[in-house]
Amino acid sequence: MRAARGAAAAALGIAVLALSVAVAATVGPAGITVSEAAAVAWSRIGGPPSGLTPIREGIVWDLRLPRALLAAVCGAGLAVCGAVLQSLLRNPLADPFVLGVSSGASTGAVLVVVLGAGGGLLTLSGGAFAGACVSFAAVLLLSRLSGGTTAKVVLSGVAVMQLFSALTSVIVFSSADAEQTRGVLFWLLGSLGGARWGDVWPSALALVAVVAVAVSRARELDAFAFGEDAAAALGVAVGRARLVLLTATALLTACLVSAAGAIGFVGLVLPHAVRALTGPGHVRVLPASALAGAVFLVWVDTLARTAFAPQELPVGVVTSLIGVPAFMFILYRGRPRAQERRVGLGTRVGRSPAGPDRALGRSRHTPMGGAR
Amino acid sequence: MSLVAREVSWAVGGRLVVDGVSLAPEPGSVTGLLGPNGSGKSSLLRLLAGLRPAASGVVELDGVPMPRVGRREAARRIAVVEQDASAETDLTVAEVAGLGRIPHRSGWPSASRADDDAVARALDRVGLADRAGELWRTLSGGERQRAQIARALAQEPRELLLDEPTNHLDIAHRLEVLDLVARLEVTAVVALHDLNLAAMFCDGLLVLKEGRPVAAGPPGEVITEELIADVYGVRSEVEPRGPEGRPSVRFIPGAPA
Repeated sequence: MRAARGAAAAALGIAVLALSVAVAATVGPAGITVSEAAAVAWSRIGGPPSGLTPIREGIVWDLRLPRALLAAVCGAGLAVCGAVLQSLLRNPLADPFVLGVSSGASTGAVLVVVLGAGGGLLTLSGGAFAGACVSFAAVLLLSRLSGGTTAKVVLSGVAVMQLFSALTSVIVFSSADAEQTRGVLFWLLGSLGGARWGDVWPSALALVAVVAVAVSRARELDAFAFGEDAAAALGVAVGRARLVLLTATALLTACLVSAAGAIGFVGLVLPHAVRALTGPGHVRVLPASALAGAVFLVWVDTLARTAFAPQELPVGVVTSLIGVPAFMFILYRGRPRAQERRVGLGTRVGRSPAGPDRALGRSRHTPMGGAR
Repeated sequence: MSLVAREVSWAVGGRLVVDGVSLAPEPGSVTGLLGPNGSGKSSLLRLLAGLRPAASGVVELDGVPMPRVGRREAARRIAVVEQDASAETDLTVAEVAGLGRIPHRSGWPSASRADDDAVARALDRVGLADRAGELWRTLSGGERQRAQIARALAQEPRELLLDEPTNHLDIAHRLEVLDLVARLEVTAVVALHDLNLAAMFCDGLLVLKEGRPVAAGPPGEVITEELIADVYGVRSEVEPRGPEGRPSVRFIPGAPA
C-alpha cells in the first residue's frame, strides 16, 4: 500500500520532470513546439529525421536540451546534497556549500581565469573542480584534527570557506581586470548559460552515483535524528557513514559547481519544503528532493533566461526570488507546528547568508550578464 | 550472564572518568547507578553500550568482548535511552519509535510487517498508541521520554540502558517512567539522581564516586547515612520505611558530622 503510493508518486514526479524539460526546450525566441522538440530528440537517438532546419534543430539539441537537462541535474543534485548534509550535520542551515566547496571552486576558477593556472590545459570548470576538492580535503583534515564531531565539521567548513574567499579576493584585487572579474562573478552566482552535452554527462553520472549511495544509507541518515551517539546506539558505524556521505556530497557538489557555478537556495530550502510534505524519512525525502529540485531548477532557469530577454539573469538570483515566497507558503501550509521550530533558525550557526558572492567583495559589478 | 563489565576504565584528556568498575546485572533485573554529577555514570553507560572503547578492562556481551561485537549486532541487543534527547527535524511519535527498527532491517530500505508490529507493540507498552501520529516535539517531557523508551523497546533489546530518564520530569512522571522500566522484561541499568526512587525501583545499586565504585548491592545494604555523607557530602536520615521495607532517605541541611 505504502510502496504502491510511493511508486505512483515517483512515476508522477518523473512524468512532470520529463514534461518540464520538454516544455523548457520550447521556450525562447525561436518558436518551437513540444512535438518538434520531441521529434528532434527522437531523431538524435535513432529515430527518423525531424524535418526541422539544421539551425532550429541545433537550437533544440545543442542549446536548450542540454541546458534544461543540466538544470534538472543541478537542481536534483543540490537538493539531495542539502538534504543529506542537513541530516548528517543536524543543522537546518546546512546547504551543499557548507563544506567550503563553493569557495574552493571559486578560488580554482579564479586561478585559471585570472592567473592562467594550468597553462591552458585546465578550463574554468576544471579549475573549479580541483579547487572544490582541495577545499573539501582541507575541511576533512581540519575537522579530523579538531576531534571530528559534527560541530567541528561545520566550523571547519566555515573556516575553510573564509580562507578561500579571502584567497579569491586577493587574487582578484591584485591582478584581475574588470571584465575577468565580471565573468567569474557571473559564473559564481550560478549560470546554466554555457551548458553543453559535455557538461551534462559527468554531472548526471555523479548525480546517479551519489543518489544511489545516499538512498542506500537512508536508514542511517534517519538514525542521525537524535545525534551521533543515538545513531551509534542504533547500530550505525557513525565515522564511516559520515565520511562516505560527506565525500559523496562534496564530490557531487564540486561537479555541479564547476558545471554551473554556485546556485544558491535550492540545496538549503528545497529539502525543508520536501520534508514538510513527505515527513522526515530519508527513503522518501531523498528521491522527492531530487525530483523537486530538478523540476524547480528547470523552470527557474527557463524564467531566468526569458524574463528580461535578451538580458539573462543569473539563475541563483531567480531561485531565491521565486523560491522564498514558495517556501513561505509551504511552511505556512505544511505539517502542523512545522513552522514553530524554524522561527529560531537564524541563531543556530554564525554563517552569513551572503553566500559565494562574498568571495569577490561586495557586488560592485552588476550581476547582469549577456544572454546567449 | 549477558552484559558484563570487568574492571573497565575510560579516560578523557588523561583524566580517568571511569576507574576500574565491574558490573554484572542479573538478567531481568533493574540496576541503579548512583553518584554525584561527574561521577562517571553516563560514561559507564556508554562503555556498557559499546559506544566508547574501554581504555582498560572489558565489556562483554554473552562472553564476547564488545569491540568484537558488531555495531549492528550490539544495537539489536542493547538499547540506550539518553538524557535530554533532541531532534532538528519533526518526527511523529511513530517515527521516533520506528527508529528502533533500524538495526533490524537490512537491504533496500522499506518497513516490513514485523517492523510495524514491533513499533505498535512498543507504543502500546508505553501507553502512547493513540498518540502515534503526533509530533514528538509537541509532547510533554514525560511523554517524550516514554516515546524514547518505546523506540528502545522497538529495538527488541535484552539490555536497556537509561541515562537519567527522569531528568526534568515532575514526580508523577518520574514514578510513571521508573515503574514502566521496572515492569519491562529486560535487564535494565539506570543512572539516577533520586535516592528514594532508586531504592524503590532498583533490585541492585552501584554507587560511583569520581569514577570509582564505592558500594554495590541491594538498596537496603547500599543506601546508608554514612554512604550518603561520604559520596554526596550531605546529612541524612535513612529509615526502612519504603515499600517492602526498602530504605527511605530524608535529607537534613548542614554539613555531615
